[in-house]
Amino acid sequence: MSATPVSGQSTVDSSGAASSFVEIRNLKMHFPVTQGTVYQKTVAHVKAVDGVSFNIAKGETLGLVGESGCGKTTIGRCILQLESASDGEILFSGEDLTQLNQKELGPIRQKIQVIFQDPYSSLNPRMKIGSMLQEPMRVHGIIKDAGERQARVKELLSVCGLDPRFADRYPHEMSGGQRQRVGIARALALNPEFIICDEAVSALDVSIQAQVINLLEDLREEFNLTYLFIAHDLSVVRHISNRVAVMYLGKLVELADGDELFDNPKHPYTQALLNAVPIPDPKVEGERHHEVIKGEVPSPMNPPSGCVFHPRCPLAVDSCRTSVPEFREVASGHRVACTEI
Amino acid sequence: MSKLLEIKNLTTQFFTSAGTVQAVDEVSFDIEEGETVAVVGESGCGKSVSALSILRLIPWPPGKIVGGSIHFMGRDLLEVSDDEIRKIRGREISMVFQEPMTSLNPVLSIGMQLTETMEHHLGLSASKAQERAVELLTMVGISEPERRLSQFPHHLSGGMRQRVMIALALSCEPKLIIADEPTTALDVTIQAQILELMKDLTRQLGVSLIVITHNLGVVARYADRVNVMYAGKMIEMGNAQQIYHDPHHPYTLGLLASVPRMDQPRGNRLLPIDGQPPDLTRLDEGCAFRPRCRFAIDRCTGEIPVLEDVGDAHTAACWRQSEIRDLRMAS
Repeated sequence: MSATPVSGQSTVDSSGAASSFVEIRNLKMHFPVTQGTVYQKTVAHVKAVDGVSFNIAKGETLGLVGESGCGKTTIGRCILQLESASDGEILFSGEDLTQLNQKELGPIRQKIQVIFQDPYSSLNPRMKIGSMLQEPMRVHGIIKDAGERQARVKELLSVCGLDPRFADRYPHEMSGGQRQRVGIARALALNPEFIICDEAVSALDVSIQAQVINLLEDLREEFNLTYLFIAHDLSVVRHISNRVAVMYLGKLVELADGDELFDNPKHPYTQALLNAVPIPDPKVEGERHHEVIKGEVPSPMNPPSGCVFHPRCPLAVDSCRTSVPEFREVASGHRVACTEI
Repeated sequence: MSKLLEIKNLTTQFFTSAGTVQAVDEVSFDIEEGETVAVVGESGCGKSVSALSILRLIPWPPGKIVGGSIHFMGRDLLEVSDDEIRKIRGREISMVFQEPMTSLNPVLSIGMQLTETMEHHLGLSASKAQERAVELLTMVGISEPERRLSQFPHHLSGGMRQRVMIALALSCEPKLIIADEPTTALDVTIQAQILELMKDLTRQLGVSLIVITHNLGVVARYADRVNVMYAGKMIEMGNAQQIYHDPHHPYTLGLLASVPRMDQPRGNRLLPIDGQPPDLTRLDEGCAFRPRCRFAIDRCTGEIPVLEDVGDAHTAACWRQSEIRDLRMAS
């Protein structure tokens, strides 16, 4: 099997399918910034996602981490076709979603589902849990018979660890953890193959968060699901992901196998990020060296030239200010966008 | 070290249409001079309400401090007059809140907010206060402090706003700072900057710090002593080593087992605590943690456990605390 690098960004397996169930090639999402109320003119662009490429194998969980505003949620929204990407390709089972019209997208939307962060605002407060779970089945016409649909709702609720009687309840009658389970049940309603978890456990308390993480892992096994796990909590990401991608200001800076990335981070930003996460163990913390990274993330409207990380980077040299580092492979499956390592 | 703050049997309740909420129930703890104490627990366990009670910031109605005493430098904060407590707030005890956008006044400039406090509490002249404001902003690591004074909160990023909050909290050289989830709204790299800053400044100035948080990592890195709360009660207290390496309450044990750790490879399954936290309007005669506890026995149903010594300055409220080491091994 020979690997062919495509424009220095992505490595595509020549045999195709198996290694690239989901493939993102050079994805760009630039939001226009307009001025004026009547005659609007575009004065700038926010480069939320700026040339990102990665792939996800079937059954794999890819963790996508980064700080607020780095573009990780935008990538998820582009894959879901909730945003139309400015440039690039989004291949799902070999089909480019950006080239499909609404009608062609219909059957594919069944296969790609999402779980949102906030279990309070992502459930309709006026709908009963039962009708909320039936709605996607009705819209996609997958179960026509109302009785069968109800049976399916009960099944989904128990799969997600909820009492089937919850079908008659409203969201306000449930706790945050229970609502998040409803959000998961709704994502499962259409038998998806790929689920985007956008900060799916961030709003939950630790004891409840652990319950939901275990549920997500069990469901992955049971239904052979593929996850894109978007989160800012690195401990959770390490726990759940096979591979992890780190994003900074619209670009990927590092991508590797989970344990490799956490044990052997190469990019100075990844190193700083890992160093900043406190570990719940006073002995370990007592022995760690705490070096705090200076400064803050610059505006994506006017990102720094060259390597976007250079103003905060301890390793930066003159060339970092002018040339954009290539996202190159430094070890098998370990890619880094830095020239100084 | 001597005791700076002594809280005894503090009880705060909220009288709502759904019933009386026992938000804080007979909570006692002390803060010594210069130490950092963490209060940890999950949402609704009463950690923020106990902190707000210290400064009598509980809104009535529906909330009310119904019992207990809070001794601070020889006075009971629950007994002093409203005028007196207003002199203590921001002067001797100050607070840093979670959300810097909502806790700074959006229509006043940064300089105005900083100088107002100092002019009021310390009686500084406008020009002296201005000078000191510049010093404070420099101390918390804000660049171009003179220019920032005329800026408004919306001009600043979240991390910068939290730095301003810290400058504000330090402005009158308080003896105690209460930080309620000070970094929860911030990104990890900014969280690390803010926490390191707070640690350095409190050590340097000898200020005591109460940190209220749900983040067990933050506690492990910064706290000298740890108080764990559940359903309005203090259930375990000790130093960080004791709490993390020799927990005596099943809830503390459960919390530690349910946090994923970034320094451990993937593969081991998390051990969550089953069930949900209880409804604080319907607490019964027994231990509030009983329905979720793996080790519950008959006695837990009828009697509420009290804090008992389990080691050197280490207490836990569990009827089975003497057996907990064996139970932990067995499970």
